[in-house]
Amino acid sequence: MALILNEDQQLLKQMAGDFVKNESPTSRIRQIRESGDEVGFSRELWGRMAELGWQGILIPEQYGGLGMGYAEMACVLEECGRKLVPEPLLSAVLLGGNAVLLGGNEAQKSELLPKVADGSLLMTLAYQEKGSRYSTSQVKTAATSAAGGYAISGEKVLVIDGHVADKLVVSARTAGVVDDPDGVSVFMVDREAAGVEIVQQTTMHLRNSAIVRLHDVEVGRDALLGAEGAGVALLDDVIDRATVGLAAEMLGGSLEAFEMTLEYLKTRKQFGVLIGTFQALKHRAAEMFVELELGRSAVAGAAQALDSGADDARALVSVAKARVSDLAVLVGYEAIQMHGGIGMTDEHDIGFYLKRARGSELTFGDSAFHRARFATIQGY
Amino acid sequence: MSDLESFREQTRAWLEENCPQSMRWAPRKRGNPALADDLVWGGKKQTYPNADAKVWLERMAAKGWTAPTWPREYGGGGLDKAQAKILSQEMSAVRAKPPLIGFGLTMIGPLLVANGSEEQKLRFLPEICRGEIRWCQGYSEPGSGSDLASLQTRAVVDGDDYVLNGQKVWTSYADQSDWMFCLIRTDPDVPKHQGITFILLDMQSPGVSVQAIKLISGASPFCETFLDDVRVPRDQVVGAVNDGWTMAKALLGHERTMISDAFSESSERNQLVELARTYIGEDGDGKISDQVVRDKIAQLTMNKVCFDLTVGRTKEAAKIGQQPGPESSIFKYYATELNKDRHSMMVSVLGPQALGWEGEGFEQDELDVTRSWLRSRGNSIEGGTSEVQLNIIAKRVLGLPE
Ligand SMILES: Cc1cc2nc3c(=O)[nH]c(=O)nc-3n(C[C@H](O)[C@H](O)[C@H](O)COP(=O)(O)OP(=O)(O)OC[C@H]3O[C@@H](n4cnc5c(N)ncnc54)[C@H](O)[C@@H]3O)c2cc1C
Repeated sequence: MALILNEDQQLLKQMAGDFVKNESPTSRIRQIRESGDEVGFSRELWGRMAELGWQGILIPEQYGGLGMGYAEMACVLEECGRKLVPEPLLSAVLLGGNAVLLGGNEAQKSELLPKVADGSLLMTLAYQEKGSRYSTSQVKTAATSAAGGYAISGEKVLVIDGHVADKLVVSARTAGVVDDPDGVSVFMVDREAAGVEIVQQTTMHLRNSAIVRLHDVEVGRDALLGAEGAGVALLDDVIDRATVGLAAEMLGGSLEAFEMTLEYLKTRKQFGVLIGTFQALKHRAAEMFVELELGRSAVAGAAQALDSGADDARALVSVAKARVSDLAVLVGYEAIQMHGGIGMTDEHDIGFYLKRARGSELTFGDSAFHRARFATIQGY
Repeated sequence: MSDLESFREQTRAWLEENCPQSMRWAPRKRGNPALADDLVWGGKKQTYPNADAKVWLERMAAKGWTAPTWPREYGGGGLDKAQAKILSQEMSAVRAKPPLIGFGLTMIGPLLVANGSEEQKLRFLPEICRGEIRWCQGYSEPGSGSDLASLQTRAVVDGDDYVLNGQKVWTSYADQSDWMFCLIRTDPDVPKHQGITFILLDMQSPGVSVQAIKLISGASPFCETFLDDVRVPRDQVVGAVNDGWTMAKALLGHERTMISDAFSESSERNQLVELARTYIGEDGDGKISDQVVRDKIAQLTMNKVCFDLTVGRTKEAAKIGQQPGPESSIFKYYATELNKDRHSMMVSVLGPQALGWEGEGFEQDELDVTRSWLRSRGNSIEGGTSEVQLNIIAKRVLGLPE
C-alpha cells in the first residue's frame, strides 16, 4: 500500500504546484474565455510541460515515457486542477494515450506513444453520443466493412479537446444493436481524414470540447485498436484511468475553492466581527475539511489500486469518483454561499470552481452512477 | 528464519493450542469489542460468561498478552510494535476474542505507563493486566459536559488525604467498577484549567455511592456517582497537583483512538447487504431489489472504504515515523457519525421487524439491531460531542478566529 506520498512524489507535486502557480493563474481561463481563443490553451506551455515530462508520466520507458504511475500523475493533475489549467493532459495522455497503451498492438504503440510522451501528438477519446450519458455500449455510430478497412459514420459529442486533437479514438459499432456490450470496436481517425467534421462546443465549465461528425470516414484495418467487437472492455479500462486523473483534478479544484473560502472567512467582517467567528460557518467549514480528507484518501486509494493492478481497482475508481463528485459540488455550493453576493458575480473567480465541479461531476459518471456500479461490482 | 518469523510461528502455535474454541468468533460474525456484552471486562464483580472465558484470560495474562506492549515488570508482554502487530494478526487469524477489555487496558493503563509514579505502576498495572480491577471514568458532572474544565467536585487537603465532595454523572459502569479515575478541583481560585487534579479513587471508599441510569436502549451502563466526604490518600494523584488537565488531554487521546479503532476494526461491512437480501429481497441477478436501499448501502459502504483509507494514511505515516497528519482530527467525528448512519440504516432495512423490544415475534438478532441502533446515538456524544469535534477542527486545523 502507498497511500501517502514518498519523497520523490512530494517533490514532483511541489514542483508542479509552483509551475502552475507561476505560469497558469486562474485568470488565464478567464482570458481565454474572453478572447474567444479557438485553441483554448497554450502550445508554448504545453511544450514546457513536456520538458518537465508530464505527458510521459504514464508512458512506459520503452516508449519514451517516464514509466511512473497514477500516484505521480495524480500529483500533477491535482495541482493543475487547482488553477483549472486548460492544457490537454486529460485528453492527450489519459484518454488518447491510454487507448493506445491498453488497446494498441506493438506497431501502434511504438509509433504513437513516443509522440504522446513528448507532447507532439494530441489524441483524445470520442465515445460519448447525444443521450448515451455515461454508457460505453450506447453506441449508434457505425463502422461497416469497406475496401481495405472500414467506413465510419456517426456523431460524437463533448469530445474533450476534440477541437485540437490530431487523432481521435472513436468507438463505433461493427455488430449488434445499441446497448449491446458486444460488437463495439475502437478506431483511430485522423482529424484530417475526408469526412471528419469538427465543431467546437461552448461548455458551462470551460472544458474545451467538440462535436465530431463522421461522414463515411474510411480507415484501414490498422486503425483498429484491440480486437474487433471487444471495444467496451477497452473503453471502460481507458475511462477508469481517466476517471482517476479527473478525480485528482477535482480534488485540486475543491482544495483551491475551499482555501479561497477559508481566506474569505478570515477577512470579511460583518456585525463588527470576522464572519469566520460564526459557528454556523465554522462547522460547515470543518465538515468540508472532513470531506476533503476523505476525498484525498479515495483518490490515493484508487491511484494505488491502479498502480498495483489490484483486483478491486474498478470498485475503488468508483469510490473515488463518487466521493470527489459529491465533494466538489458541496465545496462549490458552500463556497458561493459563504462568499455572499460577491460569489454570484462573474467577476469573482469562485464561480469558475462551482461550474468546473459540476461539469466534472457529470463527466465519466456522477456519484449515483458510480454507487450503482460499485454495488454491481460488489455483487449486490 | 528471522526472529519475527519464528515469533509468528510460536505465537500461532501457542494460540491454536491455548485459545478455547468457545473464545473464537463464529465464522462471518465478528463483534465490535467496544460494544460486545459477552466479553470479559475484569474486576472483582466480574462474572464470567463461561468457564473458558476465565481460562482464556488467565492463560493470556500469564504471557503478559492482555497488554502486549507494556513492560514485563508491570505485567505486560514487553513486545515491541512489530511483535505486537504479529500477535494481533495471529489472534485475528484464529478468530480469537480479546481475553480482556476495558478502560484499565485502554485508558488509565497507558496513562500510568507514561505518567504514573513507579509505585503507582507497580501497584495498579499488574492487577489491570490480570483483569483483577475494573475502572470507570469520572469526568462529567451535571453542570460540566462539553465544558468539562468547569467541573466543581472539590478536593481539600486534610493531613495525608484529600477529602472529596461533589457529584459525577454519566460514569459508565461505575456500578461494576472497583476504581475510578477522576478529575477534581483542587484550586478554585485560578483559571479553570489550572486548578484540576487527576485522582485515582477506590470505589469501596466510605462516602461513595452510585446510582444506575437507564438509557434509551434499555440498558443501564452508566451511573450517577456521589462523593460525600470521601478520603483519598494524596499518593493517588497522577501527575502533578493542579496539572490534571494535561493528564486528561493525554488520556483523551487514548480514548478517541480507542473509539475510532473500535469502529474501524469491526469488519461487519457486508452485514447491511446480508440483511437487505433477507428482509428486502433480491432480483434475478442477485441485486437488492429496492434501488433506493441498494444506493444507500453502496453509499455507506463507500464511506467506510474512504474512512479506512484515511486511517490507512495515518498508519502508513506512523510506520515511517511521521506524526499523524491533520487527517487524524476527523477520526472520532467521522467514525461515530458513520456508525450511527449504519445502525440507522439497519433499522430501515429490517422494517417492521425492527419494532420489537423483547419477547415473542422477534428474533434475538432483530432485537439486537434495535437496541444497538439506540445505543449508537450516544457515539457522537460520548468522548467529546460531534459539535465539539468540529469546533476543534475549525480552531486547530483551519485556524478560524474565535
Ligand atoms: C454513552 C455515553 C457514555 C459516557 N461515558 C462517560 C464516562 O464514562 N465518564 C464520563 O465522565 N462521562 C461520560 N459520558 C459523558 C459525555 O462525556 C458527555 O455527555 C459529553 O461530554 C457531553 O456533555 P453533556 O452531556 O453535558 O452535553 P452538553 O455539553 O450539555 O451538550 C449539549 C449539546 O450542546 C452542544 N454543545 C455544547 N458545547 C458546545 C459548543 N461549544 N459548540 C457547539 N455545540 C456545543 C453539544 O454538542 C450537545 O449537542 C458518556 C456519555 C455517553 C452518551
